[in-house]
Amino acid sequence: MTNTPRTLYQKIWDAHVVDTRDDGTSLVYIDRHLVHEVTSPQAFESLRVAGRPVRRPDLTLAVPDHNLPTTARKDAEGHVLPIADPESAQQLATLKKNAPEFGIRYIDSTDAEQGIVHVVGPEQGFSLPGATIVCGDSHTACHGGIGALAFGIGTSEVEHVLATQTLLLKRSKSFEVRVEGTLGAGVTPKDVILHVIGVIGTAGGTGYVIEYRGNVFEEMSVEGRLTVCNMSIEGGARAGLIAPDDITFEYLKGRPYTPVGEDWDKAVTWWKSLATDEGATFDKSVFIRAEEIQPTVTWGTSPEDTSAIGGIVPAPEDFADASKRDAVKVSLDYMGLTPGTRLTDVEVQNVFIGSCTNSRIEDIRAAAEVLKGRHKADNVKWAIVVPGSGLVKAQAEAEGLDKIIIDAGLEWREPGCSACLAMNPDKVPAGERCASTSNRNFTGRQGPGSRTHLMSPAMAAAAAVTGKLTDVRELMG
Amino acid sequence: MQPISHVAGRAIPFGRKNVDTDVIIPAHWLKTITREGLGRGAFEAVKKEPGNVFTDPDYAGAPILIAGDNFGCGSSREHAAWALLDMGVTCVIAPSFSDIFSGNAFKNGILTVALPQDAIDRLMEVAPEQPIDIDLETQSVTTPFQDRWTFEIDAFRKHCLLLGLDEVGLTMAQGKQISGYEAKAKADLPFLARTPATA
Repeated sequence: MTNTPRTLYQKIWDAHVVDTRDDGTSLVYIDRHLVHEVTSPQAFESLRVAGRPVRRPDLTLAVPDHNLPTTARKDAEGHVLPIADPESAQQLATLKKNAPEFGIRYIDSTDAEQGIVHVVGPEQGFSLPGATIVCGDSHTACHGGIGALAFGIGTSEVEHVLATQTLLLKRSKSFEVRVEGTLGAGVTPKDVILHVIGVIGTAGGTGYVIEYRGNVFEEMSVEGRLTVCNMSIEGGARAGLIAPDDITFEYLKGRPYTPVGEDWDKAVTWWKSLATDEGATFDKSVFIRAEEIQPTVTWGTSPEDTSAIGGIVPAPEDFADASKRDAVKVSLDYMGLTPGTRLTDVEVQNVFIGSCTNSRIEDIRAAAEVLKGRHKADNVKWAIVVPGSGLVKAQAEAEGLDKIIIDAGLEWREPGCSACLAMNPDKVPAGERCASTSNRNFTGRQGPGSRTHLMSPAMAAAAAVTGKLTDVRELMG
Repeated sequence: MQPISHVAGRAIPFGRKNVDTDVIIPAHWLKTITREGLGRGAFEAVKKEPGNVFTDPDYAGAPILIAGDNFGCGSSREHAAWALLDMGVTCVIAPSFSDIFSGNAFKNGILTVALPQDAIDRLMEVAPEQPIDIDLETQSVTTPFQDRWTFEIDAFRKHCLLLGLDEVGLTMAQGKQISGYEAKAKADLPFLARTPATA
C-alpha cells in the first residue's frame, strides 16, 4: 500500500481506519467534533436515555451560532439580554446545559471566542491538517481549507460520534478540480468556487471528495481556501480538500488548540507528507483556466446558476436538459427575473456580508475597501456586515473597519450565522432581493419569498454602494 | 429504529429534481429539540403552490415519495428525514440522492430506492392511479400493471434496515478495537490524539 501513489484524501483516510468490513464499509476515527445548538439536542437526548457517556469530550467543542440574534447581546450595564424567540431561546439553553453535562467545553454567546463553528474551528487551531473533522452541518467541508478531511453529518451521526468517536463510512471517489493561471483583478476565492460549481453542477461532486489543486489554490491564503472548500457541498461533494503547506502552518502556529513543542514538530513532518503523490490517480478531473473566471454572481435558486457579472439572465431554452429547463422556468419566476436582462441592471434592496463562507477578517477588509469613502444607495433598505466570530469582530475594530462600514450606512453586527438561513431575526423580506456572501440561494433560504444573489464580499459591498448587482472592478481604483 | 422489509401503498408523484433539504423542511422548523411533529412543516413552500401533490387528499399519509435527481441536496439537517417520517413516508424513490440525505434516511429507517429516470417517469404515471410495492428482501419495485424493477442497496444497510439495528450500539460493541486505535494514534499522531494543555 505504501508503494502505490496515494491522494491526500486517501492518506488521511488510511490513517483513520479502525476497522474495515467485508462489504467495504469502514469504521473511521474522528479527531475533532464541533457541536452547535441546532443539530445536537436530539443526539444528547438519545445518549441520556441510553445512559451513554461522550467518549472523548476533550476532542469535542460546542458553540452556539445558528439561532443567535446578531444585535447587542448585553445591555449598557453589561447584563446579558434575553433571546426574544422562545424556541430559539430553548434550543440555545439546551446546548448550554448539554455540553457541560457531558463534559464538553462550551463557548457562550457572550464569550470573545464565540462565532460560527466553521470560523471558530480554524481560528482556535481546533481544526488541524490531516484530521478527520465532523459537525452536524453540511458546511463542515470548510475545514478542508486547512487540509483536514471534514464533512457534515446528520444528528444520528452526531450521536454516533459522541458515543464512539467514530463513524461508519464508505470511501468516496476522488475528484480533482485543478485551477491554473492568474486570477484577474477583482476575482476572489468566492468567484473561483462559484465558477467551479457552475461548471460541475450541484450534483457533480456527489459521491466524491474534491481535492482543489493548481497554483491558484497554492497561492491562496488559508482564509480563501476555507471559502473555497466551504462550498464543496454546493457542488454535491461532502468534503473538499487543499493540501496543507507552509501557508497553512504559518496560519496555525500559536493558536490556542494548535499543538506545541515536540507535538508541533512531529505534526509538521507528518502534514508535509500528506500531499498527493506524483502519479496518484483521481476518479474524475476538471481543469479550469484562472483567466476564464470573472467576478461571478448567481441568478437562480441553485448554486450552479452562476454567471459572470457581465452576463445576462438566461432563458429556459438556453438549457439542453428538459428537467433543467423546467427548473429554470420555476426559478426565474421565483426570482422575478426576465431572460435577457443584464445582470448589472438588477436592483437589490438588501445586502448581507457574512456567513461561514465569507465572514473572516480578509472578507471584512475586502468589503471595507470598497465601502471606504462611499455610502450605500438609497434603494438599499437593509445592509448588514456580520463578522464570523468575536475575534474577527475585535480585529476588524482594531483596524477601524467597523467605522468605515458604519460610515457607509451599513450595520455592524455581533457574530453568528445571521441572514444565511432564516433561523434568527435576520431575514430578507418576501419578494425582495439580497446581494449575499452566503452559500445558498435556495428558495426561501433567507426567509420565505426571499431572492438571493450569491457573490463575493467585494461584490456585495459594490452592490450596496450602487443599489444594483455591480462589477466591482468599476469601483476599483 | 423500526425494522423495514416491505413498503406498499400510494406514492406521492412529486418528481421534482434537485429538491434541497431547505425545501423539505425550512430552517424555521429546526428550532425543535425533539424529532416529532415536523410533518406539518414538510414542503411548506410547495404546499402553497396551486395543485400541489402534498395537499392533495388522495396522497394524505402515502408511504412512498417519488422525486427527481439529486433528492435531499444541500443542508445536512436530519430534520428532513424526520419530517418525511412524520408525514408517513418510509420510502423515497428517485434517480439519485445526496450522500448526506441518504445516510440520514437510512439511520431513521427510511428506504431510499434509486431507479433510472425512465422507471421514475413510469412510476409518475402509475402513482395517481394505483399503489406501488417495494420489497427490500428481493430489492424490487413493482406495480399492479406488471412493471418490475430491481434496485441496488448496500448490503450492510439492507441488513440493518431489515432488522431495525441500532448502529450506535453495534459500534459500541467494537469498543476494544476503538481503544486499540486510540493507543496507536497516541504514539503515531499525538498532535491529533490530544489537545494541548494551552487550550
